[in-house]
Parts: sequence; C-alpha cells; structure tokens
Amino acid sequence: MVLAMAERTKKQRTAPQREKTSPPETESTGGTEKTDRLKEELDGLLDEIDEVLETNAEDFVKSYVQKGGQ
Amino acid sequence: MAIPKVCGIETEYGIVVRNAELNAVTASSLLINAFLGRSHTRTAWDFFDEQPGNDARGLLLGEILAPEVETHLVNTVLTNGARYYVDHAHPECSTPECRTPSEVVRYDRAAEEILRLSMERALAMLPDGGEVVVYKNNSDGKGNSYGCHENYLVDRAVPFGRLVNQITPHFVTRQVFAGAGKVGCESPGSTPSDVAYQLSQRADFFEEEVGLETTLKRPIVNTRDEPHCDPAKYRRLHVIVGDANMSELATFLKVGTTAIVLAMIEDDAIGDDLTLAHPVTAIRQVSNDPTLHATIALGNGKRMRALDLQWQLLERARTWADRHGLDSVTVDDGKRILEEWESVLTGLERNPDDVADVVDWVAKKRLIDGYAKRHDLPATDARLKAIDLQYSDLRRERSLALRCGLRTITTDAAVREAVDTPPETTRAYFRGTCLAKYASEIVAANWDSIVFDVGRDPLRRVPMMEPLRGTKALTAELFASSATASDLIAQLGDSPQT
Repeated sequence: MVLAMAERTKKQRTAPQREKTSPPETESTGGTEKTDRLKEELDGLLDEIDEVLETNAEDFVKSYVQKGGQ
Repeated sequence: MAIPKVCGIETEYGIVVRNAELNAVTASSLLINAFLGRSHTRTAWDFFDEQPGNDARGLLLGEILAPEVETHLVNTVLTNGARYYVDHAHPECSTPECRTPSEVVRYDRAAEEILRLSMERALAMLPDGGEVVVYKNNSDGKGNSYGCHENYLVDRAVPFGRLVNQITPHFVTRQVFAGAGKVGCESPGSTPSDVAYQLSQRADFFEEEVGLETTLKRPIVNTRDEPHCDPAKYRRLHVIVGDANMSELATFLKVGTTAIVLAMIEDDAIGDDLTLAHPVTAIRQVSNDPTLHATIALGNGKRMRALDLQWQLLERARTWADRHGLDSVTVDDGKRILEEWESVLTGLERNPDDVADVVDWVAKKRLIDGYAKRHDLPATDARLKAIDLQYSDLRRERSLALRCGLRTITTDAAVREAVDTPPETTRAYFRGTCLAKYASEIVAANWDSIVFDVGRDPLRRVPMMEPLRGTKALTAELFASSATASDLIAQLGDSPQT
C-alpha cells in the first residue's frame, strides 16, 4: 500500500516537462521515450494484475449488479 | 463579467457485499455509520428548502418528475464541509464547495479516503470474512448506471438557452480526456459485445439533450434548478453527464475545462458555430471510437472530430483569457488548466498511449489490451470486464488504477488533511468549522444554512446564501472569540449573513 503510494509520488516527480516548451523534433522524441518507458512498465503491471485480479473473474463480473442511481 | 466558478463533485459509488447478508442500502448505511464512529457526534442533513423538482427552463413539471428525496436514509454533514449519505442504494459523498478545480481534486480524493476509511472500519462490524467493497465507477455493465455529478456556480443573468447550446458541445467531446473507459456497450437496444471498448462509462445512458430527469432518459444538460444559494443572483449548473475519474488530472481537466467554458459563456465568448446537430447521437459516436477519428455533425452542416472541437474550444479559451483574465477560476489554476488541456490534446493527437498517465480510458485500455494479448483472450472474456471493474476498486490492495502510474497533483498529506478540515475559501469553511467546534449545539445543516439549538427557543437558523462568504479570512476571528455556539449567535447578532 505504502509502496504503491510511493510509486505514485515518484511518477509525479519524474514526469517529463510538458512538451509545449520544447521544439517539435524534441517533442516527438520525448513522446517516443515516454511510450517506451510506459511499455516497459506495462509488462510489470500485467504481472501484477495476475496477482491481484479477482480469482474467479466470471463469477465476479456476473455478480457485480448495482441498483440504478442518478 | 464571469463570476467565480465555485464548484464541487458528488459521487455515487458502486457497492458490493461479500460473505454477509446485507442489501445495498443497509451496506451503504453501515459504511457511513462506520466512518461516523471516528468521532462522537453526528449532524443530520437538513432537508429544509430542497427543491430538486424545480426546472431551470421554468416549466412546471412539479412533483411528477421530482426525484425522490429519501429523508429516512442515513444522511450527514462532515467537518470538512462534505455531505455523506445513502442515495438510491449507493453510498454517496459530495465534496464541499471549492473555489478552484485543483481544490475539487483534493476533496474528491478526500472523498475516496473517506470511503476507504469506511470500508476498513466496517470490517470490524461484519462477521468473519464479511466485507463491503466500493467502486468509483458509473455502471455495472448490465444497464444500471449511477452518477458522478459536478456542480458549478453560474450567473443567473445568462440566458439558460444559450447555456444549453454552448455547453453541450463541450459535454459531448470532453470525453476524449475525461472518459473513464468501459468494456462493452449498454445503450438501449444494444448487446454488450456491440462495442468492445468505449471512452465513457456514462455515454450509453444519455437519451435526451436537455431535461430534469437524472435516473431515466437522462439528459446531457440537466435542468434541476436548485441553486442552494441566492436564486436571484446564481444558478448551480448540475452536470450529470460525466464519468467518475480515478486519475487526478482527468478530474482536474474535466472540472477545469468545464469551469472555463462556463465562464466563457458568461462572457459570451464562445459563439454558436460549434452547436451540434444531434448531441445524443454524437455523444455515443465519440464514446464508441477509441481511434478518435470519427466525426460528428454540427448544426451548420459541417463535420468535426471531437478533438477538433476541443482544439477550437481551447483556442477560444486562450483568446478569452487574454481579454478577460482568469480570475473566475483563479490565475494559478487557470494557467495550469490551459497548459494541461493543450498537453492532453497534443498527446491524444500524436498517440493516446502518451497520455496513459493522465487519461483513465487510455490507462484502462492499455491494461485490457495488454492482458488480452498476453493471454490470447477474445474481447468478450470475463477477465477483461473484471479488469474494467477492478480499475475503480477503492481498496488499495486491489485497485488497478493505483498501480498504473497515473500522475498526481495532490499530496497524501494534503488529502488526509482534507478528510477532516474544510476548504478555507468558501462558505464550506463556516459549515465545517461550526461542525468541528459546536457539533453538540447543531441540530442540522445543509448547503445554505445551519440550525443551532443553543438551549432556548426558538432554534436559530443561520443562512449562508453567499457561497464565497463564511471563508476563513472572514470568520477566523469570529470563531476565535466564540467558545460556544451561543457566543457565535450573539456575535452574528443582527447580521446573521456570515
């Protein structure tokens, strides 16, 4: 739990400066780097989903029934 | 001139009971009572003056369409100025009134913490293995939806027809960055597999352009005319068309861009050339198209992508800001909204994956696409819908949104503080501080008044009809010199308007 929060804070700190101030060439390179980084993280994330996803997905989805609201 | 965009969010949470015999209403009550158990006092909501059946168009639909006000259910006011209650078999938390979109984000996150604390404390009140779990989403995937409503203070002088025409294009297209993402489809007459993945949780449920309803035939612009403040000066635009966001920046953009567009409408800086031909059709076209290439029909016969329409609004917002300034949303927030707005549109244009740390539907889609690819799953596999639902699970140990690297704009300390203390720059400060200091002498409270029992007849109702009074700057001295509610009432004396 604490780890997840620490990771979020780290993401905030290391988020690249917004592209607005960069020239167009840097912009597209920055985007690719960011996409690569996100792709790497995705693999780890998918491992984690296997660990935390509801064990019987079918039952979980079927039984997730809400009364209507506003 | 645009007036300050005082704003807030009210969220109905999905609720699931495991290993215990409780219905959704009882479980929702249990959560709220569990949270209230943290302190020794509780203050009831005051239903005086609630008129959810009033229509902004001036129509006399009266009680036929008036939403039911369930006065018998648990309903309370918190020391941070929020309202926490049971609504339509869901736990609901309304943030206090906030002066800025970034403050709304902090109090929306505080509401999540309030639900988390409620879940944790409820464990002790349930049999072994029993659990009540809440989800910050808007649909069960089976045709049932529950809302995340926004509220904005709007100048009563703005003609309502102009407001409807000019805000609708934003409501239809802001989904590109504010959508929370959904596996499947629930629009009337469809089957879930008609759409594999769409931008919005809510778009399927909107069937009218404008109207008073909130639970059936939902309208894109809701006309509930219940300002909770001086009705001669203000309206409260009650926005029911949005998704509940897990991403702080998505919430910031949703509320921030909407506040700016409303301020622009007050300053008559939008024009009518972006009016849509068929808003109800368009809201689904936009939602059903994660490629963002689809175009929607404008009233003037042209067609535009949702992104093009958003670029137009951003460009006009910049021109408006140069001319009128950003005081209506505060300068700091205004600048940040415009920067993040441009940044998110740029990312969505280039490659939506670039904004997977900002936009919920993109973050969720990455998980679903990645998982389907890894395990070679068809689009209809239950595990993909489970990921959709579990994205918004508020339990830290289960939430997928908390794991996928979303950027944040609050700090944990600031959110924790907001669980118990009110914003300092709206009347929520007066409400929250009264509840913290004088709870035993307060009979009931609501958005625009507090009723005190100071031990002698009659009960004293202190009205708060101005959302920007009752601030810390205006009342800190009053509170410092009022040890009891009697002192406070005596000091308010002849001028009870705080």
